[in-house]
Amino acid sequence: MKYVDEFRAPELITKAGEEIRKLADPRRHYRIMEVCGGHSHAIYRFGLKDLLPANVELIHGPGCPVCVLPMGRIDDGLSLAAQPDFIFAAFGDMMRVPGTHGSPLEYKARGMDVRIVYSPADALKLARNNPEKHVMFFAIGFETTAPSTALTLLRAKTEGLRNFSVFCNHVTIIPAIRAILDSPDMRLDGFVGPGHVSTVIGCRPYEWIAKDAGKPVVVAGFEPLDILQSIVMLLRQLRKGESKVENQYRRVVPWEGNRSALQAMAEAFELRPYFEWRGLGFISQSALKIRSSYAEWDAEQRFAVPGVRVTDPKAAQCGEVLKGVLKPAQCKLFGRECTPEQPVGALMVSSEGSCAAYFNYEHRKPVTIANAATN
Amino acid sequence: MCLAIPGKIVEVDPQNALQAVVEVVGVRRKIDLGLLQDDPPVVGDWVLIHVGFAMSKISEADARDQMQTLTMLGETEAAAQEVRGYGLEEEESDSLRQRSKT
Repeated sequence: MKYVDEFRAPELITKAGEEIRKLADPRRHYRIMEVCGGHSHAIYRFGLKDLLPANVELIHGPGCPVCVLPMGRIDDGLSLAAQPDFIFAAFGDMMRVPGTHGSPLEYKARGMDVRIVYSPADALKLARNNPEKHVMFFAIGFETTAPSTALTLLRAKTEGLRNFSVFCNHVTIIPAIRAILDSPDMRLDGFVGPGHVSTVIGCRPYEWIAKDAGKPVVVAGFEPLDILQSIVMLLRQLRKGESKVENQYRRVVPWEGNRSALQAMAEAFELRPYFEWRGLGFISQSALKIRSSYAEWDAEQRFAVPGVRVTDPKAAQCGEVLKGVLKPAQCKLFGRECTPEQPVGALMVSSEGSCAAYFNYEHRKPVTIANAATN
Repeated sequence: MCLAIPGKIVEVDPQNALQAVVEVVGVRRKIDLGLLQDDPPVVGDWVLIHVGFAMSKISEADARDQMQTLTMLGETEAAAQEVRGYGLEEEESDSLRQRSKT
């Protein structure tokens, strides 16, 4: 339950809400995509939609790493874990994501050595502590987590630690945005740009969206006021007929990004020619692959990976929800067969998945800041 | 995983300048400074941490705001759990517990 008073600068929040109403042309319908799953979570949690006029619609983007990973990759990773003396290590977010024959947690219950780590550096530590076993880190994430995996690979090579490898599923956000803009059933007016991905890549990589695709982008923070301010900034641009990249989250995001992080990524990774995304299909140059100079630490180069492709459960419409074509509640399984307790699709697992966020905050109908403020 | 956790640097390892101890909501753990080599933080600085690596330097006021955001998002416990888990602390204490049971 949230009230305007609980937020920092409640008067500024009310003002931003008023500003949005003033700027939104009543004859237009605005569709703004928040790319990052963290933003989707915040928008639902804070009930920010209720502060927006009906003609300013927020569309949830593909920025939830757990959600966009196709089931085949999970199956591939878990199939390697069946080898003797093998430890499968992954972030906690992965543990409940369903593969064809169960989630990593279910594999653990069946006796496989599956461990939660909170940092790729700790997967490396596991390898150091268990020299008689092989430790494979199942890496996921956008540019927020990719540099940490990269640095861990660099360290593994420096140490010559041979019982460690990475199953790399890192993806990059820009090609996903391009795929969404190319999708014929999607019409968007602008983007709330991801906050923490941008601390790494900076703001420059979004410039083509503004220049070539003609859509404004505002990189935003995660507080209610940040998100509302970024919508004000987008509407101001749209009102003036402009499209440029702006940085609302300047207190954390440098325009040029984080050079050390980008260098680590460039050293350990190269682009894959293509990679499959759940819901978006195959997107060229959209994911990272471990360079051949690190082949010894690349689980895919070191072991025989089956290369499984699995279609999602037929009734689940994860793809449509991921692309923003359907709202979570419009999926046939939503809230019935598919719940956060018993997820069928990955969007119901992660707190950043739009289905889980929608289920927890919208479906269960909490009091939101907007109606609390007017009461 | 995508949580950005604000922490205060309380110690930089004298043997390895890329390792530091941070304090987050009363929990102290080692984190990695390897992704801030261009502008290394010093004791007393605040950083945003992702999966055990400091990713950006921030001001104390921003750190407070970020903590408040996590609280509002209901993620404080998840953040504390993540930080407690750095360095395999939970894993190690779990296996110690198991060992003492058997």
